Amino acid sequence: MADANAPPPRPDPDALLARLRDEANLAARGKLRIYFGASAGVGKTYAMLAAARKAKSEHVDVVIGIVETHGRAETAALLEGLEKLPQRRANYRGRELKEFDLDAALGRKPQLLLVDELAHSNVEGSRHPKRWQDVEELRDAGIDVWTALNVQHLESLNDVIGGITQVRVMETVPDHVFDGANEVVLVDVPADELLKRLKAGKVYLPEQAERAATGFFRKGNLMALREIALRRTADRVEDDVQTYRGSEDIDRVWKTEAGLLACVGPTANAEQVIRNTARLANQLSVSWHAVYVETPALQRLPAREREAILNVLKLAEELQARTAVLSSNSPAQVIADYASEHNLSKIVLGSATATPVGGAPFGLNVFAFFRRRSGSGLSRNLARIAPELDRIEVGRSANPSTRPLTNAIRNYSTAAAENDRDDTTATGSKLHRWRYAITLAACAGTTLVCLPLHGRLALANVVMVFLLCVVFVAMRLGRAPAALAAVVNVLAFDLAFVPPRFSFAVADTQYVVTFAVMLFVGLTIGHLTAGLRFQARIAGQREARVRTLFGFARDLASALQYDQIIHDSIAVLSRTIGKEVALILPNADEQLQPPTHAFATGQQVVDLNVAQWAFDHGKEAGFATDTLPSNHYRYIPLKAPVRLRGVLALRPDKPRWLLIPEQRRYIETFASLIAIALERVHFVQVAQSMLVNVESERLRNSLLAALSHDLRTPLTALMGLTESLAHSKPALSTSQAELANEVFGSALRMHTMVNNLLDMARLESGEVRLRTDWQSIEEVVGATLRSLQPVLNGRTVDVRLPENLPLVQIDAALMERVFANLIENALKYTPVNSPIEVTASSNGSTLNVSVADRGPGLLNQHIETLFEKFTRGEQESAKPGVGLGLSICKAIVTAHEGKIYASNRPGGGAVFSFELPLSAAVKEDPKLRHALAVKP
Amino acid sequence: MDAKQFELNAVLVEDDPQIRRFVRMALEDEQWHVFEATTVRQGLAACASSKPNLVIADLGLPDGDGIELIRELRAWSSVPVLVLSARTGEQQKVAALDAGADDYLTKPFSVAELLARVRAHVRRAAKVDVDVGAQYAFADIVVDLGARTVVRAGEPVRLTPIEYRLLTTLITNAGRVVTQRQLLTEVWGPGYVERSHYLRIHMGHLRHKLEVDPAQPKHLLTELGVGYRLLA
Repeated sequence: MADANAPPPRPDPDALLARLRDEANLAARGKLRIYFGASAGVGKTYAMLAAARKAKSEHVDVVIGIVETHGRAETAALLEGLEKLPQRRANYRGRELKEFDLDAALGRKPQLLLVDELAHSNVEGSRHPKRWQDVEELRDAGIDVWTALNVQHLESLNDVIGGITQVRVMETVPDHVFDGANEVVLVDVPADELLKRLKAGKVYLPEQAERAATGFFRKGNLMALREIALRRTADRVEDDVQTYRGSEDIDRVWKTEAGLLACVGPTANAEQVIRNTARLANQLSVSWHAVYVETPALQRLPAREREAILNVLKLAEELQARTAVLSSNSPAQVIADYASEHNLSKIVLGSATATPVGGAPFGLNVFAFFRRRSGSGLSRNLARIAPELDRIEVGRSANPSTRPLTNAIRNYSTAAAENDRDDTTATGSKLHRWRYAITLAACAGTTLVCLPLHGRLALANVVMVFLLCVVFVAMRLGRAPAALAAVVNVLAFDLAFVPPRFSFAVADTQYVVTFAVMLFVGLTIGHLTAGLRFQARIAGQREARVRTLFGFARDLASALQYDQIIHDSIAVLSRTIGKEVALILPNADEQLQPPTHAFATGQQVVDLNVAQWAFDHGKEAGFATDTLPSNHYRYIPLKAPVRLRGVLALRPDKPRWLLIPEQRRYIETFASLIAIALERVHFVQVAQSMLVNVESERLRNSLLAALSHDLRTPLTALMGLTESLAHSKPALSTSQAELANEVFGSALRMHTMVNNLLDMARLESGEVRLRTDWQSIEEVVGATLRSLQPVLNGRTVDVRLPENLPLVQIDAALMERVFANLIENALKYTPVNSPIEVTASSNGSTLNVSVADRGPGLLNQHIETLFEKFTRGEQESAKPGVGLGLSICKAIVTAHEGKIYASNRPGGGAVFSFELPLSAAVKEDPKLRHALAVKP
Repeated sequence: MDAKQFELNAVLVEDDPQIRRFVRMALEDEQWHVFEATTVRQGLAACASSKPNLVIADLGLPDGDGIELIRELRAWSSVPVLVLSARTGEQQKVAALDAGADDYLTKPFSVAELLARVRAHVRRAAKVDVDVGAQYAFADIVVDLGARTVVRAGEPVRLTPIEYRLLTTLITNAGRVVTQRQLLTEVWGPGYVERSHYLRIHMGHLRHKLEVDPAQPKHLLTELGVGYRLLA
């Protein structure tokens, strides 16, 4: 910065953010290296394979996806020892072709994949029409890709090179792929050297080049190609340098974003305008837009031409432009508004002398001068309205493009045309004929009405009536019939009223002026009226769209069920877009489910695989996209703020709609409305089920608490009263005291059973909420034994715990139940004097606790089923209990992510052990707690 | 027992007549004068009129929660409160203790246990005036609160400062259940209420130094999920 007072340079936060994002993306995405050459034969494949061999020797996992050696021995030799992916066999019009197998590559997922010939077009029916799209998907999957590319295949240079070499190639690669590559390796050979190789037969000539070989491989051509390739590479290097300088925060010029705006019209050089703008935008590194302003005149263009224009817009989109179709009577004004709205400082226009493509139908030529005037005047009008805008006019190519648009676009066009047969062509022409018939009838009617007035009305007033007729026709039937009416009326007026009557001859030459004025006024009125009508129609359409969207949004806002959303969406979409609509929603595992709603009659079944692809990648797929364009439907992922909610599959009544940016945005708005509604309903349901869970748990808890209270209160009274009886004064007799003791013992057992039943009810009734805390096993065992004092009845339990036993995160109250049950079982099933041992140990990852006895042990056939509910060790036992204890233990230990098992002890007796994970960070995490839920 | 020489009043708030009956019988055997109440309101009225030495309250009462009774009672009285709870929920017990209860018994409980607790509380209540510098003894252990020494069976026991503070906190509340939260706050400070593992570890050490069988303690008792109690 020259100015000393200028603020110190600071990095643009947005740019820094973009860089961070780039770096993050780069880290996740596979890297792309392009071997770039001026023409075939410079040795790109050879260089690539040589580098691959080197990488292989450095233990990189290199796999060859597809490499064409073109039968060259030295190239084929390099393939030795490199892993090759098998190729996919594809049937195309009876011929079997070999294609690169994308799925095999994604399945193999090597570190580095070699995919030759980036510009290759895949066989129809492949997932992507173009190989570069395959490469993009490979990179998305994190696979590094090396590939090769000739300069003539670069989209933005395609026409320039075509102009030089007179050979144009169909297969192109968008510049953003080239510019987005991580490395570009230029494989360069001087022209003379290349020609020498050619003469020695070392260069394989691709089919179309062979035909033009004599023309193509001229020294002049090769030098020009080499220069272009070198320059393009230099541009890229310059970009890299800029990026580097930027990333190193080296001081640089601050430029305000001032993008380019390409205006597309029905001119032959529209495509050129787009390519030039793309190139220019690339050189200036600014963003660019492409707009098509549809005037009333252009609205009248035949469908074929409109499609051509829309295809040009599609090309612009592929070249990274933002596109829009605007409707207005004054193109200059909307263009100026659009430019200022989007901060675009340079307007690129087609040359003024351009003529419309193809033959204009009848009626159009009449108005040609209007259009020509507005066309040639656009630049001038722009200068008048917005003098601050730079205007760049692109001249017409001396060698007009003989090549249609890119293959993909051509595919769309043919597909669109196939699906579009009933559009303007058939019904349109029928309608046209009717309109002209009505026009002629109106003219005849006017003449007949005026005939009796002859003599009573001055001729000037008769002219007025005829003009009225033109206005009527223009209002009702449009521009072309109005023009027809103007001409026919002049003739009818001449024939019926101008003396000599009933002859086209004119006696007085002053009537020529009348005719001229009448014709001019008629045409002008017709033009203006039709224009107004057009504007009204556009406004009406827009309003209808907005109204539909508004109504749709309102309907969706009140929807509380998925079915309601599906029903509303299908109803609205089939009314506005097309009958064939389907809403495909995923299940819990992210797998899309076949739509449940009824299909319209004759509707084709949607392809779930394509829908799943669109869902998984979050990109549109199907008809007129880059992915499986042969499908009938367009699959639009439903993107909601949080995540994808499903896929909308639709097939518009007029497939052309998918090419019109406005229509597409309209459909996208529908899709996002649906997505947001689906998401809202999803969260409503989540909230509802939470509420239900909370409510039912509250209910369950209060029920269990009441049950517990009601069962324990009489037990407490029973035990307390028996105890009081035993200690009453005067003292009871021995037998009475024994009886009281027995009653107390029974009440105690009853208490144990009630405890178990309540525990089981709690555990079975749904989620067990673990209230975990750090606990020492020693304390839990100690507290359990103290609470078991009445049951122990003097028996002792031998507790042997090692010192420094780690703390565990457990629910102490539940774990007490485990110990209590295991110890009670041991007491119940073993002789009174046999020992009971509680031991514990830790191995670093788990804590193992055992309760062992020296009783009769377990029957082997029982060990398996021991922990099931209502299972008891001895079938006909007189021992009290219902066999719930061990299943409670199991449920609790499982809730702690532990394991419990039983076995027989060597030397007699049974041992029940359970292990608890030490790392079980059973924190206050609802998700974790949910995962721990004991489900019966 | 010293307590017998005074006229001792107890208020029993319990809605089940059978439980009321045997608790009253047990207390009257120990020369208590028992005032019965069946609701929170009656209980509070009885407490106000009879100047009780002990309150025994059930948690589930027809006109409200026993915890409300404790909270209101604590506004004007420091009488020992023993809670009878049919609930196994540990938070309920902690809530009652935090509201000011001194102890709890889970139903069904034994009469002997009830009377043991009652005696402990009356003794503790009577001792409030006793010089804090005195000695405190349980089992074969003597704690000299003035000299800050602990002697077990005649042998001095070395306690860390934390262990000593833990022990004295339990001694000042002897017989009462001290909640985990109270212990953590008093020994470590208010910032440590979540660090229950400190408590487990130091309590374990203390038990190993003072108990004969630390796995089956007789004095430093654990009330699982609630807190600890020193039983003399």
